[in-house]
This record gives sequence, C-alpha cells and structure tokens, in this order.
Amino acid sequence: MEKISTLTGVAVPLKRSNVDTDQIIPAVFLKRVTKTGFDDALFSAWRQDPEFVLNQEPYKSGKILIAGPDFGTGSSREHAVWALRDYGFTAVLSPRFGDIFRGNSGKQGLLTGTVSEQDVERLWAAIEANPGIEASVDLVARKATLADLTVDFDIDDYTRWRLLEGLDDIGLTMRDEAQITEFEARREPWRPKTLPVKI
Amino acid sequence: MADLAGPTARTYTQGEFDSMSTASDAVRADVTEDIAPAAPARPRTLAEKVWDDHLVVKGENGSPDLIYIDLHLVHEVTSPQAFDGLRAEGRQVRRPDLTIATEDHNTPTIGIDKPIADPTSRTQIETLRRNCAEFGVRLHSLGDVEQGIVHVVGPQLGLTMPGITVVCGDSHTSTHGAFGAMAFGIGTSEVEHVLATQTLPLKPFKTMAINVEGTLRPGVTAKDIILAVIAKIGTGGGQGYVLEYRGSAIRALSMEGRMTICNMSIEAGARAGMVAPDETTFAYLKGRPHAPEGADWDAAVEYWKTLGTDEGAQFDAEVFVDADALEPFVTWGTNPGQGVSLSDVVPEPQSFTDPNAQAAATRALEYMDLRAGTPLKDIHVDAVFMGSCTNSRIEDLRAFASIIKGKQKADGVRVMVVPGSARVRLEAEAEGIDKIVEAFGAEWRFAGCSMCLGMNPDQLAPGERCASTSNRNFEGRQGKGGRTHLVSPVVAAATAIRGTLSSPWDLDNDQAHDEQKAQA
Ligand code: SF4
Repeated sequence: MEKISTLTGVAVPLKRSNVDTDQIIPAVFLKRVTKTGFDDALFSAWRQDPEFVLNQEPYKSGKILIAGPDFGTGSSREHAVWALRDYGFTAVLSPRFGDIFRGNSGKQGLLTGTVSEQDVERLWAAIEANPGIEASVDLVARKATLADLTVDFDIDDYTRWRLLEGLDDIGLTMRDEAQITEFEARREPWRPKTLPVKI
Repeated sequence: MADLAGPTARTYTQGEFDSMSTASDAVRADVTEDIAPAAPARPRTLAEKVWDDHLVVKGENGSPDLIYIDLHLVHEVTSPQAFDGLRAEGRQVRRPDLTIATEDHNTPTIGIDKPIADPTSRTQIETLRRNCAEFGVRLHSLGDVEQGIVHVVGPQLGLTMPGITVVCGDSHTSTHGAFGAMAFGIGTSEVEHVLATQTLPLKPFKTMAINVEGTLRPGVTAKDIILAVIAKIGTGGGQGYVLEYRGSAIRALSMEGRMTICNMSIEAGARAGMVAPDETTFAYLKGRPHAPEGADWDAAVEYWKTLGTDEGAQFDAEVFVDADALEPFVTWGTNPGQGVSLSDVVPEPQSFTDPNAQAAATRALEYMDLRAGTPLKDIHVDAVFMGSCTNSRIEDLRAFASIIKGKQKADGVRVMVVPGSARVRLEAEAEGIDKIVEAFGAEWRFAGCSMCLGMNPDQLAPGERCASTSNRNFEGRQGKGGRTHLVSPVVAAATAIRGTLSSPWDLDNDQAHDEQKAQA
C-alpha cells in the first residue's frame, strides 16, 4: 500500500445521500475473481444515465469525491472500495460514512474524511462555480482546499497513521515478523505439514 | 466477523509511531512468560489452552492477539481475490507447507471429465489452478483421489489434529474442532492475511459448554443432537462463543459424529465448536497419511492428552441436553434453529413468545408452504440429498446404506448420494455401497458440495421439497424456490423409502405392521 500525505485531483460533487454499497457496486460484479479492474463497475447503474455526474466531461477524471451524508452504508462489500479506487478516486469526503465501508477504506488505502454538512454544501458550490477544479486533501493537516476555500475534515488518529505509513493489515502484522519467525522456530515437529505430499 | 476486527483497537498518537518496536518488545516479554514451563495454575478450558499455545503477540489495551495458524485450507470460491491481492503487493505465500487447496463448491458431480459448463464456476476453478501453480500451493483437483469437500479432505489426510489452529475461507471450518483443534471460518481478506503472514489478529472468544449426557437411542444420531442444540439456543445463541461439546453422549460418538456436531456450530452463531481429544480421536488419526509418526506421534499424544478442559475451569455459559430423551429431529422452517422432533407437528407461529421469532415463523411457513399443526410425518418430499460436509463421510454413507439396503425408493422421489471426497467414494465402492444405492433407485455421484448450496447444476427446482443431510435450510439455498428440511442420514434414508419425512422407527413400525398382517 502506498503512503499518502497530500492528495490532489479533480473534485466531483456527488449530490446524493445514503449512497449504499449496492449503488457503489451492484452485486452482479461480485462474481469476478480479481481484486482490481472494477473501474467499470463503479456506480454502474447510475452511469447508464448520461446526466450522471461522472458522465460530465470535467468530472470523468475525478479523484476526490465529495458526497452527501451516509456514504457507503449497506452490506459489507470490500468491492465498493476497490471500485472507487480503480476508477481513480483517492479520497471521499462526506458528513457521515457507513462504519464497515469506512473500516475497509482505511485498510485499502482510500482516504475517507468527515466534513460538516455546511462544508459539503460550500464545497459543492465552489466546484459548480468552477467545474473541473482540483481539490487538495492534506492528511497531515486534516484540511481540504478548493481554490481559496479550505475546510477541516476528521479522520481518526489510527487510520490516519496507517494511511501516512502505507500500512494495510498485512503490513501491520509484518511489523511483528521477528516474533512470527521466532514462534515458528519453536513449533513442535508433530504439527501438520501439507508438503511434501503424503497419500 | 465482528471479532476479526483487525488491529484497529490499538490507538496510537503521532508521537508514538517511532517507539512502536519498543512497545512490541515489551509485549513479547509477556508472551514468553505466558508459555514458560511454570504454566499458570488457573484451570483452563480446551479452547483457552489451544489459544494460549498459538499466541505470537499478546494484544494490549483491548487490541487483538496475534494468533499463529497451523493449517490453512483453501478452495476456489473465497481464494481468488486473496491471491490477486498478494500479487498486487508483490507478496508470497509465507508457508505453502501449511496450506492445501481443493476444488469443491463448483465442481460437477457427473461427467467430471467434461469441461465445466457454467462460466463463473469454470473461471473460479481455473483461477484456483493457476494461483496454486504460481504460489506453490498443493492442490487436489477434480479427478484427483484426494479431491473433495475441503472439510472432508483435511481430516481424511490426517492433517486435522488435536491442539492445532485451522482456518479456511468457509464458515463450516468449525468441523475440524471435532479433533480438539481451534477451527474457524474467515473472509477473503483474512485468507490473504493468512497466506501472507500465517497469522491472524483475533480477539479472544468466550466459551460455552454444551453438556450432552446420556445414551442416544438407536436411530438417533449426532445430527439430531446438534439440531436439538440449535433449536434450544437459537441461531444467534452461540454468538461470540467457542462451544465445547462435552458429556457421555459426546464421548460415545465416533469422529464422524463429532465432526457433524462441530460442523453445525456456526449455525448456532458460534465461531467454533470443539471436542476434547481422546482415544477415539487418536485411533482415527493413527496411520493417516499426514499423521505424526514414531517419536513425533508419542510426543503429540502426550501433549494432546493434556488439552482437555481442566477440573474447575470456568465457562462463560453452559447448556444441558438430555441425550436419553432425544428423538430424530427435523427442521420445518428456513433457519437451522427452526426444528422439532419428527414425531411433532409444525408449530403455530403464535407459540413463540418473541415477536421476531413469530414473524420469522410466519414467513418460514409461507415459504415452506406448510400449515401449523400438520404432523411432520405427513409431509411429502420430492427429493432426498445425502451429502455435504455435515454428513458425507464413510460412516454417514454406511448408515444411509444400512437402511436402504434391499429396498426401493418411493415413487417420484429423486434421491442423490454425493460422497464427501473422491477417497470416500472409492472406499464406499469397495464396500459395495454404490451398488446398494443404485439398486435402491438413487443416483451415485462424484464428490463435492453439490446440492448443499447448488453452485453447480445440482439444484432443486422452484417449489421442490427436499430432505437434506446438509446444514442450511435458508430460502433458496438448494436452488431458487427450493424447500429444505434438514435431517440425519438415517432419517434421509427412511424418508427416501417412505416418500414422507420418516425415521428408522417408522420403518420398524411398518415392518411390525406388515408382519401382523401376514400373520392374520
Ligand atoms: S458442503 Fe455445503 S456447507 Fe460444506 S463447504 Fe460445501 S457448500 Fe459449504
């Protein structure tokens, strides 16, 4: 997982609330066997509509998503994070997130920051006054900036630290690798081994 | 998977980031103390002992422990993205020698030499083959003698043994607890985590004793015990617990019976189920391909004998079941807790005090097309499925065959017998069970999960009713619109003969009746 400090890119106003994981990525895409390549799956139902924001020219290359409250609610689906990431989004700002979605995001390197509803409205207004404008999300200072508008966002210390360090769950565990190796050295010889094959 | 929370409970301030390794060193000192020979005098349960012996790093301040995994079982459905994740990050499988894969959920049970027709199934299987080749993981593919349901393959190879930790990306991993192992199902991201690190961050479980005392009557089996336990504590009753099955009725069970019980622990919401190892366990294991040998065997048995729950150890909860009183059991609804004795009637939804249970019962009766008050034994079935990781081992097939031998299945009932593994199938054929099954009018299939979940073509048609030896009677589980009654192998056999939900007791009655008539 890559280390994150400041993320910059085209800001996209997603003026909807209660965007659940089924809308982020419909169930039909769950049959795939890869963990990447879900860019076409993101909001796939909404993208049928030519009016949908991601079908508008300046937003097609969006990187920072500014959404209404309760983003990522609904069933636990890691694919929702993969789809956002594969499309190119690196950060989502919203007044509230679904808990599981937020947990999954932190583990997969997608920054989720909570901002007040008023600030979301201000960000939307600033984007619409200047479509295609880039936002800059500073994880160290916990601030998002759009031209001369700067808003604070919240992210818990622990997730922020993981993102700054680029640690996924495995990376986190591997910080204890010395202990794992030591544990392995004292495992008893009778414990099962699948190799070499015995039949 | 609330208790697989990942190490999120640890909170760090920015200033602490640099001193992390020091903090971990302090933790390590604790662990070494814990496992030193001068073991704590506090009496411990079986589950606690296995946990303690797998502690790599003890979590502090509410953060999870890091637990070592002895055996990782892999199948085609929950592994593709785990391998893909490794690839994306340039990681390896840390211990291919503690990992084994088999194909089971999607595999066809007829025409296994032909290409798999369904594209999703085929892709999953082909992906598993590619991944195992790339990462050096042992794989038993369709057609291989060790191929089969992952929870049948581990024990049959002698890989599942007492005192180990076992994980698999499948909820019925609890099966392996029958050996006194700590075994639980994990999700795909945990599969990736175990592949990469051979460990899992876990919060300790609570423990629950399920005491089953007494003697089962003939015709009553391990399946009836576990269905009765789930009906008693409910599908959420075991949540957050590791169940330990204890008592004379459990001690009297074979390993197959214990596996049936532990297998369904998850249906009571539990993370795992366990039985303390004893002579039955050792006898089952000895001589299996991967069982320890020579001095290793002796050392292992000596250790395994110390694993049982200590006198005076405290469980967080206890449940008592009277084995003498148990009758053959059957589910009437759409979750495994909705079960009653076969001699009973379909219950009134109003008979439940909890309004949620009432609503669930009403909905279930509608889906199952049943009316309250109907005797269970009056219910006709269209199909009988004998298989799944709950009941597809050689002893299960023997029990089924002993009932149907020399008989004919009821008209209009489709009967499918699916051994748990290719090895079990061969064993059964050596004993002539295939011939008995075919003479009965049933289908003798190749190994796999089959109609347990119908990911392959073995499915119920909408509205069809099935007596099934599997573990889940959820809506649509065995095929869209299909209706499932969970039963034991001998009840499945008696039902196949009579065409209505029946137990071997009913066959005895039929016979007595016939003899009376003949005498008259
Ligand atoms: S037999 Fe059924 S329950 Fe068992 S592993 Fe296969 S699908 Fe899951």
